[in-house]
Formats: sequence, C-alpha cells, structure tokens
Amino acid sequence: MKRLYSILVENRSGVLAKVSGLFARRCFNIDSLAVGETDDPAVSCITIVSSGEKGTLEQIEKQLNKKIDVIKIKTFSAEESISRELMLVKVKYTKSNRREIMEICEILDAKIVDMSKNIMMIQICDTPEKTALLLQMLGNIAITEVARTGTLALQKCSLSD
Amino acid sequence: MIGADAIVKCLEKEGVTTLFGYPGVAICPFFNSILNTKIESVLVRSEQNAAHAASGYARVTGKVGVCVATSGPGATNLITGIATAYADSIPLVCITGQVDSHLLGSDVFQEADITGAAESFVKYSYLVKHVSEIPRIMKEAFHIASTGRKGPVLIDVPIDIQNKTIRDFKYPESVNMRTYKPTVKGHAVQLKKVNTELARAKKPLILAGGGVILSGAVRELNDFSHRYQIPVVSTMMGIGAMASDDSLYYGMIGNNGKSYANLAMQESDLLIVIGARIADRAISSPDLVAKDTVLIHIDVDPAEIGKNVGPTIPIVGDIKNIFADLAKENVACDFSDWTSHLDAYRKQEKARRQPRSGFVDPTKFITELSLKMADNAVYVADVGQNQMWSCGYYVAKAGKFLTSGGMGTMGYSIPAAIGAKKADPKRQVVAVCGDGSFQMSMNELATMMQHDIPIKIIVFNNGYLGLVREYQHNTYKGNYSMVDLSGSPDLSLIAAAYGIPYQKLENNKGMGSIIDSFLKAKGPYMLECVLDPMDTVK
Repeated sequence: MKRLYSILVENRSGVLAKVSGLFARRCFNIDSLAVGETDDPAVSCITIVSSGEKGTLEQIEKQLNKKIDVIKIKTFSAEESISRELMLVKVKYTKSNRREIMEICEILDAKIVDMSKNIMMIQICDTPEKTALLLQMLGNIAITEVARTGTLALQKCSLSD
Repeated sequence: MIGADAIVKCLEKEGVTTLFGYPGVAICPFFNSILNTKIESVLVRSEQNAAHAASGYARVTGKVGVCVATSGPGATNLITGIATAYADSIPLVCITGQVDSHLLGSDVFQEADITGAAESFVKYSYLVKHVSEIPRIMKEAFHIASTGRKGPVLIDVPIDIQNKTIRDFKYPESVNMRTYKPTVKGHAVQLKKVNTELARAKKPLILAGGGVILSGAVRELNDFSHRYQIPVVSTMMGIGAMASDDSLYYGMIGNNGKSYANLAMQESDLLIVIGARIADRAISSPDLVAKDTVLIHIDVDPAEIGKNVGPTIPIVGDIKNIFADLAKENVACDFSDWTSHLDAYRKQEKARRQPRSGFVDPTKFITELSLKMADNAVYVADVGQNQMWSCGYYVAKAGKFLTSGGMGTMGYSIPAAIGAKKADPKRQVVAVCGDGSFQMSMNELATMMQHDIPIKIIVFNNGYLGLVREYQHNTYKGNYSMVDLSGSPDLSLIAAAYGIPYQKLENNKGMGSIIDSFLKAKGPYMLECVLDPMDTVK
C-alpha cells in the first residue's frame, strides 16, 4: 500500500536528518522525498511517499508526530491527492532517432529544454506514473543522466474545502 | 553574566540541587560557574555512569535528573546512559560541552557530532547557537523531559557560547511550543468504554508497566484494582507498582515471569494494559494476545498504542488522570470466580529451580534480603542472571525497584544506586549485581567514597557471565564462548582498597544474620555471595 505524507516542520537545521533518520531507524520505506520552504519561511514542507502494511503506515504517522520539530502531518492516498514530479533526462541522440524522441516528448507532454550536437535534455513535470512512463519510453535510447525531484503532493481541494 | 552562568541560573530556577558529571575543557566554563551556587556536582568516574546516576536520582525524586559531560569522548560516553534512560522513559537533561562554534564541522580536537549521534536515543536535542537562546532552551528542555512520555533531552553548548556575555537574563515563566502539546487527559468516550467492558467482563486483568510508576499513579492503580477486585500482573518495569503480598497481585509476566501471571494473560477476556510497551520479552508473540481478548491500552504515548499489539480500545493520556476519571463512575461487577481460579494456579506454582547445595541460593537470598530491607528501601537490580532472579524473588513492599529494563545495560546498578541514595540519603539503597556487571562500574566505588554516598552492594559471584553462559548451555550445547570471567580480582581486596567494609557469604548458612549486619551497618558495605557457577535462572 502506498501513502503520501505531507509534513510541515520547523525550518531549522538538522530537521530533515531527524525525519529521514526516523525512517531509517524504524525500517520504514521512503519511496520518494521532496522538501522545500512554504509560504512561511519558518516552516518547511517535506513530502514523503512511503509504502508498507497498514500498521506500518499508521506507525509512520505516529512516530513523526512524536518528533518535536514536526508541526503537522497530513496523510493521504494517491487518489486523494494531486501529485507531481519534475524530471530532467539527458539522452544521446542520433539523426535516426531524433524524430522518435521528439514524438515521445510530444505525446507525453515533455519538453526539450537544452541540446548540443549529440545530447539533448528533456524536461517533464507530471504525475509520477507519467514520468516513469517517459523513462520507459526512452529506454531504447541511450539515457545518460536522470534527475528527479521526488513526488510533491497536496490533498485534493474538494477534500480540504 | 556569561552563558555558563545563565545555564547554572536556569538549573537553579528548575530547582536542581544535584548533578552528576565529568569535566573536560569544553565544559569548563560551566563547571567554573557552578562553584558559585549551592548545586552540588557529583564527580563520577566515567560519563556513562553520570547518566545512570542521574537516572537513579530521577526515579527516586520523580524530578528531572541532570548530567553534564564534556565534548567528544565525554559526550559519546554518555550515549549508553542516555539510551538506557530513553528505553525506560526516564526524564534527564544532559548537558554537553562542545568545541568553539566557529570550528564546528571541522573535526578539531574532541569534536563529536553528539546531537546527531544521540538523535535516536533522545526525546529532543539542542545545539545552542546563540547565547540568548539559553533561557528558552533550558526551560523547554526541562519541560520536554518531564512531560508526556518522559525521556532524556540533550543540550550541546559550544565553549564560546558558554563564555559569551548574556544581556537581560530572564527565565521564561512558561513554555510556548506549537509543536509539543502531549495529550494528558483521556478521551471521555473511550473512558466510558472501559466501564462498559468492565461490566461485561468475566475475567479482567490489568497489566501494569513502568508508566504507572512514572506517572505517579501507584496508589491510583491499587485503588482501582481493589475497588473492583481486578487482578494485576506487571512487566519488569512495573515491579513495585503493587506489593508482592497483595492478594490481587499475580507477579511479573514474560519468559522469566510467573507461570500463573502468564496463564492469567492467556485466559483473561479483558486485558487492560497500562503504561506498558508489550515488548518481546514480556509477551513472546504479541499478536496472540488480542485475538479473542478485549484489549484496552492506556498510554501517554500514542505511538505505543497499536505498535506491538492492536488494541480494541486505545486511550491516550496520563495514567494518573485517567484513573481519576475512571473513579468517577461505579460499575457493578464481581470477579471472585476469576480471582479464586487464579489463586488455584498460584498455589500450584512449583519451584522449577533445583539449586545445588554448598553455594548461596540467590533466590532464597533475594527473598530474605528484600523481606529484611526497610519498607521504603530502594532495590537496584543490575542486568544478567541477577536481574532475572531479582525480578522473580524480590519482595515488593512500599519501596522502589529500579533496573535497566528496556535497554538491559550492564553496570547500571551501582551508579543508579548512587543517584538514588543522593536523592534521598535517609533511605536504604541496595545495589544487586553480578561479578560481570560489578566490574563494568566498580570504578564508581570511588564516587561513592568521595561524596559520602553510602550504598550497599551485593555481588553475586559465579565466575561467569551467567545469563549468556546459560543461553550458550541451552542453545549451543554448552560450547561456552567469551563467558569465563577468570582473572577477576579478589573482591575483598577491591573493597579494602576503597575502604569499604566487606563480607563474604559462601553458602546459605548464616544468611539471615549476615544480611542483618549488612543492612544495619551505617556506612557503605559490600557483600559477596558465592554462587554455583552452573546455577540457572529456570
């Protein structure tokens, strides 16, 4: 089972280490992790996607709540949220596959944001499934580098209205 | 006023009268400032024992224990003591010196990232970056350590911060933390369910853990149990919550507990777990409990509820408050069939051990010792076979039973006993250890002599790390590895070297009178008991 945790924390040094350390120590999975400041510079938001059994997923929330730097936790399933991931991919291209790459990008709503003689950089900002699909579709083509943000998610508006 | 003075001032404001510590350059400003106060600093002989002593102190006073060490190795030495306190939810404030804040992260002499290293053993930690933060941090630290589920808080203070001038020192009156507000009051709807289940139950049982003692709810537990005649069993940390001769107390559960306590657990139809973690040593397969038993789990820490067993009715809150709320309603119930059923089990319990003659029988010894001890005495059990025997045969009256339950830290008893005695010099305090655990903290005999803290020490000498030997006997067919303690010193000479009166008990003969003179002696005393090297717990 997958679960998303949107964790508001005090924006202090060492807090990310405390939160990620908790996952390591208690053998909780981190499928992805993203962190950044919120509208309040004193507060950061850590978004963690985790997977495990129901009891484990509950423990994650309880243990996070015990951390004194944690202000608030919202947890939701993928269906209850809008999630996005930003990914940059560098691929080696040749004359013969350039067209194919552009088509894949067009179909998946990805952008070519930079290129040189032999390499191009593709950007996608979409659901984690879509970014994974792009990687899969580019699989036959020589990928040289990948960087992704991890999932960012917020609960659907209708659920928090 | 400099930062170090401010820290000391904060300790005074918190009512601290004693701390345990060990100096080093990085904490020297603090130990210089402490000279100007009435706070007494007890110099231990190794930092780990400063934390253990603070733990013993906290467990007897119910207040926060304070220990102080220097940076680097001083701080890392503290960690085992901190982890021991964390596992048993003992409130400590641990202060460490740190290298100059401008040098942090550059691996200079005696620098250790102690807040990082101790992260998973503390309730919270601070690295002080500005001298002006000291009053707020100190206030928060004491608040966090002593509220909710209690535990150790670490404050790491760089030496330059200790030396910086602080302007306008003002100790905050209250704590304002948006992220820390432990639930102390049980939910009314949930509490109602307890009474409903109680009215429905035929075979209710209370499992009392260390939380009952930490919450100061011993009397409330006894009242509740007696009011409805509900039988009580305990975990190791719950020993002492009820007197051993209480007809409603059915002993400690678990591998090393009483068989009738375990039977009661298996047969009860309503199990009320109070302030216990239900860890592996108490219940070998925690999932088994909840199958057809209604399980009520009361704990101040919501994360404990449902961690090891899934409760039917979870109640989060401070145990003392919850008992007070439960007492407001009255339930009509009669459990006399159930208690007489358990009484029959209790009568059937046979001594499983068959000790060889010619040695001191530790179980007989512990029973006699605890019977003869003062009613309010503190008994500190170490870790090993001695702990198992102590748990099984210690006769609880109105005193305290201290041990390292969660972490099982060898060497706990002597420093913890020193802390306990310091906390209440009029009380009788006895540390019971094995020859292995004794040698892990015998350096603290000097602490006790230097500061005139006369504890009594029992050393069960069997020449082995007995519990591991017993395990190897059973699991590895007697292939012993690393358990032979040959080379241990003559304890009479050790005692003489420190100027401590000493006596040796070779076998059961004369046990009573030797215990009498041991307990009656005014100052410190060491009694060595010669045990059968092959003696076993079961």
